[in-house]
Amino acid sequence: MSTRWFGQPIPRVEDERLLRGAGAYLDDLGHDALAAAFVRSPHAHARITDVDVSAALDVEGLVAIYTYDDLPDRLAEPLPLLIPHPTLTHGRTPYALARDKVHHVGAPVAMVVAEDRYLAEDAAERIAVRYEPLPAVVGIAAARAAAHLVHEDVPGNLAARMTQSTGDVDAALAAAPHVLSLDLAIERSASTPLEGRGVLARWDAEARRMRIWSSTQTSTGVRAAVAAKLDLPLVDVDVITPDVGGGFGVKIMHPWPEEVLVPWAARLLARPVKFVEDRREHFVASAHERGQLHSVRVGFDDDGRLLGLDVRFWHDHGAFIPYGLIVPIITSTQLLGPYKPGAYRVTFDSLYTNTVIVTPYRGAGRPQGVFVMERVMDAIARELGLDRTTVRERNFIEPHEMPYDHGLVFQDGRPLIYDSGDFPASLAKLKQLVGWDDFEQARETARAEGRRIGIGLACYVEGTGVGPYEGGHVVIETSGKVKVATGLTSQGQGHQTVFAQIVADELGVPLDDVEVVTGDTRRFGYAVGTFASRAAVMSGSAIALAARAAKEKALRVAGDALEANPDDLEIVDGVVRVVGAPGAEISLGTVAVLSNPLRYAFDTAAQAATQFASGDPAKPPVPEDDEPGLEGRDYFSPMQSTFANGMHAVVVETDPDTAEVKILRYCVVHDCGTLINPRIVEGQIHGGVAQGVAGALYERMAYDDAGQLQNASFMDFLMPYASEVPSSVEIDHLETPSPMNPLGIKGAGEAGVIPGAAAIASAIEDAEGIVLTSMPISPSELWELRRSKETG
Amino acid sequence: MSELIDVVLTVNGVPRPLSIPARRLLSDCLRHDLRLTGTHVGCEHGVCGACTVLVDGLPMRSCLLLAVSVEGNDITTVEGLAEPDGALSAVQQAFRDCHGLQCGFCTPGFLTTVTAGLRDNPDPDEQQARDMIGGNLCRCTGYQNIVRAVLRAAELAR
Ligand code: FES
Ligand code: FES
Repeated sequence: MSTRWFGQPIPRVEDERLLRGAGAYLDDLGHDALAAAFVRSPHAHARITDVDVSAALDVEGLVAIYTYDDLPDRLAEPLPLLIPHPTLTHGRTPYALARDKVHHVGAPVAMVVAEDRYLAEDAAERIAVRYEPLPAVVGIAAARAAAHLVHEDVPGNLAARMTQSTGDVDAALAAAPHVLSLDLAIERSASTPLEGRGVLARWDAEARRMRIWSSTQTSTGVRAAVAAKLDLPLVDVDVITPDVGGGFGVKIMHPWPEEVLVPWAARLLARPVKFVEDRREHFVASAHERGQLHSVRVGFDDDGRLLGLDVRFWHDHGAFIPYGLIVPIITSTQLLGPYKPGAYRVTFDSLYTNTVIVTPYRGAGRPQGVFVMERVMDAIARELGLDRTTVRERNFIEPHEMPYDHGLVFQDGRPLIYDSGDFPASLAKLKQLVGWDDFEQARETARAEGRRIGIGLACYVEGTGVGPYEGGHVVIETSGKVKVATGLTSQGQGHQTVFAQIVADELGVPLDDVEVVTGDTRRFGYAVGTFASRAAVMSGSAIALAARAAKEKALRVAGDALEANPDDLEIVDGVVRVVGAPGAEISLGTVAVLSNPLRYAFDTAAQAATQFASGDPAKPPVPEDDEPGLEGRDYFSPMQSTFANGMHAVVVETDPDTAEVKILRYCVVHDCGTLINPRIVEGQIHGGVAQGVAGALYERMAYDDAGQLQNASFMDFLMPYASEVPSSVEIDHLETPSPMNPLGIKGAGEAGVIPGAAAIASAIEDAEGIVLTSMPISPSELWELRRSKETG
Repeated sequence: MSELIDVVLTVNGVPRPLSIPARRLLSDCLRHDLRLTGTHVGCEHGVCGACTVLVDGLPMRSCLLLAVSVEGNDITTVEGLAEPDGALSAVQQAFRDCHGLQCGFCTPGFLTTVTAGLRDNPDPDEQQARDMIGGNLCRCTGYQNIVRAVLRAAELAR
């Protein structure tokens, strides 16, 4: 048998190219393109009274300036609301260029196109926009108070109010022997990929076709949006995803204003046009996430078992809500984690503020939900004097209760039913890994040295691999090489490697013979996109099914040629052979030739094919139930998401003088079903953990009351360097195969980030004996908390 | 305004004559004039390190240098790191072996930085390896495997 690739921690096929500097990211393309730059609002909320471009007109190299008034037809309408919901009663989306008003700093007001970006910025600087400032609504408190409105026609700044519940929460709380109330807050942060957004468009005036490259997480989404906005047939628009320098959620949002404006300008000017976002633009004109306030009442019995949980929260979604309610819906449902809540009710308000929009950032509402639930668990433990792990154990859903139906509706509109997971086993592994039961000794030793250390943990469940579908296409060429395509996109997850591992196994071909293309609508037109840890589950499964279809055909054609029953055939190293009959074999390339009745002998495989008779002379050359070529295409569309889970434990040391927090150990137990490539999964966890630490200790969006983002640069936004992350991440895997897909996999992309803030808060509390209700926490905030504790 | 200045830049050992405006950043010049797009731009304000190139062997942020200011210096970009026979350098190979890159956008800056760092200190311990990359941002890897790659590169070079 040839090597089985599935499960092997092999190095990535992507790397060679990227290590030589031969990657092709968005701004590496289109050297002949004109450059676009944008005039953006310096005000959080203002009326535009005048746009004067006259001073810009004699800038050399200027090609065009566009404002709202130039936009035709559908481009002049508001951008789409991607995911409507019945409770989203007041959904507002922006215009591609501001019309009359701006609603956040960074909103695009005018687009300048020039020979290069320097010149485009020269011209943009000379455009004089007169604003009449309006009061800015910044932060959840101001949005709720609604003394001022972000949109005149949206009362209370309220886009949506949504409630879900199971059981009678009021009765459960009234009857509970213990009830606690907690107020909990999480600040804004952002995906912050190292490469910003960017788009390049070429209009082919002769063929009347548009070709677009975008640094996106969804090429099919961009394609459909541009076709609709520019009134082009879908078949005449190609969208290609080049190498993408990270996404983490922000690039799933589409169409960005620039993604429709740049192709429009390229068509008007009949020249390629490119927009590449700079870092400041990324801070003020893309998207953030995480900002939420939560107010919780929890009832529990003397053993710490939950009886009722009543959660009210407020979600700050920024100036517009083009991505809908996905983030707060995820918080509402995934807050429950591995626990049985008793009766549960959750209500959220999604509120407008004069800040940049909110769309999912890795974790997408889960870090907030987990923070809330895990604070509740710690509060119960404190109240009853129980070990924190004991309270969790007592509330776990047990393995024999799987599949477990929460009686709620998940983000995909499907029932929230956990398919699998063994939470007690995960916790036992975690306690073992971190040495939970021996920690008191370590604490005493540290204390004797004048040091303060603390331990904390947090558990989560993550719905991954949401539908509706992905597809895969596998074609075996006459060279024997296998070309694979799937429509979703890659931003560094190593899809080309893991999908090749799947196909090499399914077909029995050498890994090097498999080449995978993602996110190119020319190769695969139907796709959803890369988000919600869905790529491996969805496209991995679809590609496996497509490879099986191609294999079935290969065996059938080879069976004909070798005069053997397909059931007696196997494929090893790209050769189909009769099991137990040495010499009776045919290469897959030759099978590919035989699969096509048009057989010009272009290559050696075709020449080799002449020795085999094939096809049934009683049937047409391509029988009715067949097609020429050796290909497989299939789709994967599960009934519902599959649920991964994990638990993190952290040991921290807090400096008695400076209140600095140092992470001494970071332990992860993670169940993402079967692992295709453990090395890649661990890499995903490492990156996620770093973002979790960032959200717990460093990153926040510092808006002032006027809606100015005070830290819109890498100088002031504290993205961790190597010195800020734990020096090692200790990982233990549990593999509970998912019953929801043919490979047993669950998503792994977001897991690392989800419980970070909760686990670190728990550990700091444990070290300090101070209750934390808000994250992230800086040394000065911790120092203040200490001081107020001392002064009572 | 954009009066052009004639310069000859020596990049990866090759003299490259250019006519560029004085304000042209070295990063833009490498990427767009010379089409050496391996050098990436993540912030344009000197913080992320993605644009790091070697100037006379020293790591420098090409987004903070004007192209006209480095005439006469030896500039090495990621495209110039491979061995003369085309094989990956020890540092490049180590990043591959250790899964030290995901999206790869930050990678060229790390490779140049580590190449220079190991020249100064060919035998770093783990803390020194961490310090060596302490000025470069990566959003994907959490740095764990980059630190490993630094140590592995030192090992490969021995
Ligand atoms: S681009 Fe030069 S340091 Fe970030
Ligand atoms: S690998 Fe993506 S930023 Fe470092």
